[in-house]
Amino acid sequence: MSVIVILLIASISVAGLFLFAFIWGVKSGQFEDDFSPASRILFEDKPAAQVTGNIE
Amino acid sequence: MASKAAVTTKISCYHCGEPYLNGKINLDTKQFCCEGCKMVYQIINENGLCEYYNLNQNPGFNNRIPVRPDKFSFLDDESIAARLITFKDEKQVHATFYLPQMHCSSCLYLLENLHRLEPGVISCKVNFTRREADIIFSTNESSVRKVAEALTSVGYEPWISMSDLKEKRPGISKKMIYQLGIAGFCFGNVMLMSFPEYLGIDASETGLRSMFRWTNFALAIPVFLYSALPFYESSWKSLKHKFLNIDAPIALAIIITFVRSAVEVISGTGGGYFDSMTGIVFFMLAGRILQDKTYRQLSFERDYTSYFPVAVSVMKEGKEVPTVLPTLKPGDTILIHNEELIPADGILSRGKAFIDYSFVTGESIPVAKEVGELVYAGGRQTGGNIEILTVKEVAQSYLTKLWNKDTFRENEEPKPTSFVHLLSRYFTFIVFGIALATGIYWQVNNPSHLWPAVTAIFIIACPCALLLSNTFTNGNILQILGRNRLYLRNAETIENIAKVSHIVFDKTGTLTQSTEQDIAYEGEPLDERQLEMVAALAGSSSHPLSRTLFKNLGITSDLEILHFKETRGAGLEAMIGEDIIRIGSPAFLGGDIENEAGTRVGVSINNKIYGYYKYSNHYRTDIDLLLQQLQKTHRLSVISGDNAAEHENLRRLLGNDARLLFKQQPEDKLNYIRNLQRTGEKVMMIGDGLNDAGALKQSDAGVAVAEQTNNFTPSSDAIIGAESLPRLHAFIKICRANRNIVIASFILSIVYNLIGLYFAVQGTLSPLIAAILMPSSSLSILLISFGGSNWLARWMRL
Repeated sequence: MSVIVILLIASISVAGLFLFAFIWGVKSGQFEDDFSPASRILFEDKPAAQVTGNIE
Repeated sequence: MASKAAVTTKISCYHCGEPYLNGKINLDTKQFCCEGCKMVYQIINENGLCEYYNLNQNPGFNNRIPVRPDKFSFLDDESIAARLITFKDEKQVHATFYLPQMHCSSCLYLLENLHRLEPGVISCKVNFTRREADIIFSTNESSVRKVAEALTSVGYEPWISMSDLKEKRPGISKKMIYQLGIAGFCFGNVMLMSFPEYLGIDASETGLRSMFRWTNFALAIPVFLYSALPFYESSWKSLKHKFLNIDAPIALAIIITFVRSAVEVISGTGGGYFDSMTGIVFFMLAGRILQDKTYRQLSFERDYTSYFPVAVSVMKEGKEVPTVLPTLKPGDTILIHNEELIPADGILSRGKAFIDYSFVTGESIPVAKEVGELVYAGGRQTGGNIEILTVKEVAQSYLTKLWNKDTFRENEEPKPTSFVHLLSRYFTFIVFGIALATGIYWQVNNPSHLWPAVTAIFIIACPCALLLSNTFTNGNILQILGRNRLYLRNAETIENIAKVSHIVFDKTGTLTQSTEQDIAYEGEPLDERQLEMVAALAGSSSHPLSRTLFKNLGITSDLEILHFKETRGAGLEAMIGEDIIRIGSPAFLGGDIENEAGTRVGVSINNKIYGYYKYSNHYRTDIDLLLQQLQKTHRLSVISGDNAAEHENLRRLLGNDARLLFKQQPEDKLNYIRNLQRTGEKVMMIGDGLNDAGALKQSDAGVAVAEQTNNFTPSSDAIIGAESLPRLHAFIKICRANRNIVIASFILSIVYNLIGLYFAVQGTLSPLIAAILMPSSSLSILLISFGGSNWLARWMRL
């Protein structure tokens, strides 16, 4: 029986992790723009934000 | 393939892809249609951003009309600039610009490299879906105005209007997505935990069983208290308005299910129906989000303020002072530049006005006005600068008054007339009736069965199936229509379109293409050299008629033009070689001024009139087929601000029963729609300009036609891409089918409900039966609504 309890806790916490990741993704706006990130990755020269990010 | 090859051999502008007809504007072996495009290319090339042209072919927009250099001077005004700024300190400023021209990955590339064009810019991040750029720039090195000018210099003129400044455009609220996520998480886990109970857990393992039950209970709490909130809120709102909407019985079912299950778990008598409850909340939220998914790049709410500039130049003691529109007072003298809108009614006090009223009347040919004449708001000046003494406030002007009409306010209280709500109301009364009868029966026969039987009825008979089929069918149809470039404001519009009995068309820009006109030449034939001379002369003018003529002739010419003279509202004249050539109105050429309907442009060479080009409306391709189909199912009207020149053509296209009205003012259009509605008609108005805006708003389903999706359309219930207009008949059909699909899936769900009720009234509804019935009814409803609407769409080739 105790094995089942451990399994239960494990499964719910794994699912909880995914829920957390989902909410995090929504919050950071990942689902708001599905075009720019896909195109941006193909550009040869890096946008300014990333350049300054590397310097700092 | 053959046709494709033919297209590519035709030379087009390297920047914007428009035909290269001029033959003169070249740079670095690249051809351009105009100086504007060439200049943008130069700027991009100098800054090493030519990747812009490699990512997509001809990614630019046409820049034929130059932007006035100090157009953005109003952004120096802190109070206006502050509306674009989201954050500001001594080092950085964050500002958001709306750039409707954005359309491809090239745009993204160029905009995100803005720091190379404008040194003060630190970074630029584009949100493509919203067509917005969040720009961070250094407070000392740049300003909002400089950034706006940098964007304009590469062809992305930011759109800054009063209404866009006022409000943020809505999207699906993030809260609803969190609610869906949590409901999904809880539903999945509760389902898993319920299996032992269904599969008959060993009775000796009581500890394990109660642990599963309590975990379920705990997992159901967030769904009950957080995820189901939209249903409580909506039903509470409807009850306050003394109206029973579909959410009321659903909220009741959720509460009863939860309470009964909680009681069972606490008392240790059973496992409850937590899985059914969480599942149904999850599915209903999913349906709702699918249905509410709107087109964020479109705006259905535009009023006149979106069209008008944010600020105008007011002349004060000989100086131009940028002034925000709402503070403009009668008596101010305003300066209107070329291609600018007149924001308020006024009297022309200086300059020669040549005003394009296409926004107001639909008539695309500009009219000349002399000093002292009244000019109306909404007109666009073409030509030199003019000064206007305003006589009315912006909000009181002729055109803008249409929006401030009280008639629109009346309708603001939304009345949910959807048949789904009405159906659910009957449904609820029946369920209450059954519950009451069952309650009385068990009270008399066996009071211990009363509570389980009655609660089971409410659980099983919740009209969630109806809601599910409705939201999923609506959502799917919205998507199918969106794929076909008919964008609806919301799901209610589907039903409104289905009910339409009378369709009213605007003519110019709706049935006809405002950018194109048919030209027929009548008179003495012109030889090749003469045609080339006409083309050369027409190509030198920016008047709409000349441009159309030039485009239709399609002749590239490099003849030298001398002594070019353009008389606004009359015609052109010049010397080419030894010949004096003049083109223009019959009056200008001194020809016969017989008052014939329609527009004519004459050609005169060496004072001999050769003939006239007759201009006529160019009807959209396949519009005749559409009108033939619609004649059979709907009553039709055409209501035009134009003259009656097209009367015969329209009569032929629309049949003998159609009503044709010409020379209609915007207000007449609105009143016509209202009168139709008084006679019990459900009216669909299809129009494109500001002049139709009042009618679009008054109609039951207002459809705005947009040549390009990022064009500005007046506020309406739907926006249709111009090339999709010929398929309107199929769109109406699928909207009508919507109702049948919803009803079909509802009938199926009633069958499930009857099976469930059979057990429920006896008080023997076991959680297992509920757990099988609920998901299977939901799934089959999804199948019917999705499958049905998709199959229909395929059948209609949408």
